[in-house]
Amino acid sequence: MLLLQQLINGLMLGGLYVMVAVAFTLIIGMLNFLNFTIPALFMFAAMMMWATMTGNLPFGNDFLFSVFGEHHIWIAGAIVSIVSICLVSLIIERFTYRYMKAKYGDATEHALPLVSSLGFLIIFEHLVISQWGSDPLQIESPFGNATFTVGSLIFSYPQIISLGLSLGIVFLLSHVIRRTKLGRALRSIAERPDTATLMGVDVLRIVPVVYVITGLLCAISGILFTINYTSIDAYIGDTVATVAIAGMVLGGLGNVWGAVVGGLFVGILEVFSIYIVGADFVKVPIWGLLLLILVVKPTGLFGHTAIGKGKF
Amino acid sequence: MSGYIEAQLIILCLSVIYAYAIFLPAASGQLNLGAAGFITLGAYTSGWLNGSDGLGLPMALSIVLSMAFVGAIGFAISLPILRTRGVYMVLATFAFAEVVSGIAINMEFLGGAAGMPVDAHAPVEVVVGVAIAVVLFCFYFMSTRLGLALRSIHDDESVSLLFGVNVRTARVVAFTVGGMLAGLGGAIYGHHYNYVEAQTFNVLLSIYILLYVLLGGTQTAWGPLVGAAFFTVLPEIFRQFAVEMGSDWLADSRFIFFGMFIVLMMVVRPEGVVTRTMQDRCAGYLSGRRARTVAAGE
Repeated sequence: MLLLQQLINGLMLGGLYVMVAVAFTLIIGMLNFLNFTIPALFMFAAMMMWATMTGNLPFGNDFLFSVFGEHHIWIAGAIVSIVSICLVSLIIERFTYRYMKAKYGDATEHALPLVSSLGFLIIFEHLVISQWGSDPLQIESPFGNATFTVGSLIFSYPQIISLGLSLGIVFLLSHVIRRTKLGRALRSIAERPDTATLMGVDVLRIVPVVYVITGLLCAISGILFTINYTSIDAYIGDTVATVAIAGMVLGGLGNVWGAVVGGLFVGILEVFSIYIVGADFVKVPIWGLLLLILVVKPTGLFGHTAIGKGKF
Repeated sequence: MSGYIEAQLIILCLSVIYAYAIFLPAASGQLNLGAAGFITLGAYTSGWLNGSDGLGLPMALSIVLSMAFVGAIGFAISLPILRTRGVYMVLATFAFAEVVSGIAINMEFLGGAAGMPVDAHAPVEVVVGVAIAVVLFCFYFMSTRLGLALRSIHDDESVSLLFGVNVRTARVVAFTVGGMLAGLGGAIYGHHYNYVEAQTFNVLLSIYILLYVLLGGTQTAWGPLVGAAFFTVLPEIFRQFAVEMGSDWLADSRFIFFGMFIVLMMVVRPEGVVTRTMQDRCAGYLSGRRARTVAAGE
């Protein structure tokens, strides 16, 4: 029974990893680079949530409290966090994807967006540290200790909701990519941006949409993380995103449902590793698994071979 | 030399050694985000070989042996890792570093999460000397036939292959030697600070080292030197400046400007600060020749 409880905890944690892994996989699949601003966006969303809920925003605290009141301030937090992340995503898009093509083509030119996204990671982490410090910050969970039990298994409402929400969002996203006009444009860009432009796809208008979608995924998972685990710090993005990367690779780069399976799997793996061998050892199984997959079967479980080849 | 300058000089020297370690694979177009892994290996191996709990070898011997050990590990993992390319290689080297740090934290005889004290002390002169030796070695390495092969692979892999360059061998050598240099850097770090802790060699360190190299430029051997010097000295000068202006906020937030600088740098000069054209121009001016002919000859 204890193992079953661990499995449930793993799935709940995996639900958060799923959204971050999907964000990574979208950018790699569509735009062909590893976007290191995703940890920053996740952390920034969590921080905005914390700042709104504890009244630590640089401005507008009184206004938000007077509109939403003490009990519903988490709604304000979610709104502030989502809006700010969308704006930030657009700024990031302006400076990463647009400059992907180097003047002199050589082997490391594809590293450009990787480097600029690392630059943004540094900017946001230090922005948050200079504003709120690097110590862990706590919030009161707005839902208290809301749990229900089935038999002897404990389920927490926020965690169930976040798992459901993340699976729902991924389902919606996968529908958008497969069935809508926007999705078709996205898939054409993923295949070959130049040809997509010739076929009348406005690449420079579609790419910001991809960034906003990934930003939203990060924002929602950041918000849910804050509510569920109630303790965050400026480096939380690195911790979560590195595990999510492992999940993404496991599922196969560029494959949304692969990221879902991979994200849930690393969540379960992490919880079981902590349960069986202790928290310090948790890195070894996750990263060992990732290294093994990359060497033995780099396409992961469901990935395509074309994605990520020869690109950074 | 004041203690402050000395401390900064040590950081600079270590950054230069690390940067060259990552530069060698990058010169052949391979991004290695696993610097921290090699550094951890080098630091712990040398510390253990030298320590009284370990073998108690003299410092110089333990540094050389640890380099050999890290080189062997680098060679062993280069064979599978160099099969992967692009994003996959970045991820694989990154995963390697995480596995190494995860194992180091869990080895009880290496001190576990509390870290490991290192016996022998490497004074400033040794650190500076080693850094200079590494720089000279890398300049020499890039001027050899193998260095030329690395440059050609960096510019165009298929054409190098057609011209009979053994791409695989060149890459394995670059990766292995790079790993050895990172191990050397780690060993020197351990012996200078007399203390090794796996948590200090984290993801951010790997990221910063890769940034030194990519922002300095991967085309010439000057790149990592300029990159490392620029990005260790500049934030420090900025901090001094901010302190003198009496603004704590400015001093704390220097890394925000550093990040902005990186982003802008990718916009205006994506090949890095030092490029081959620039090197040739400077060489042309220095020797009094017309720079244009040399630059055009590239």
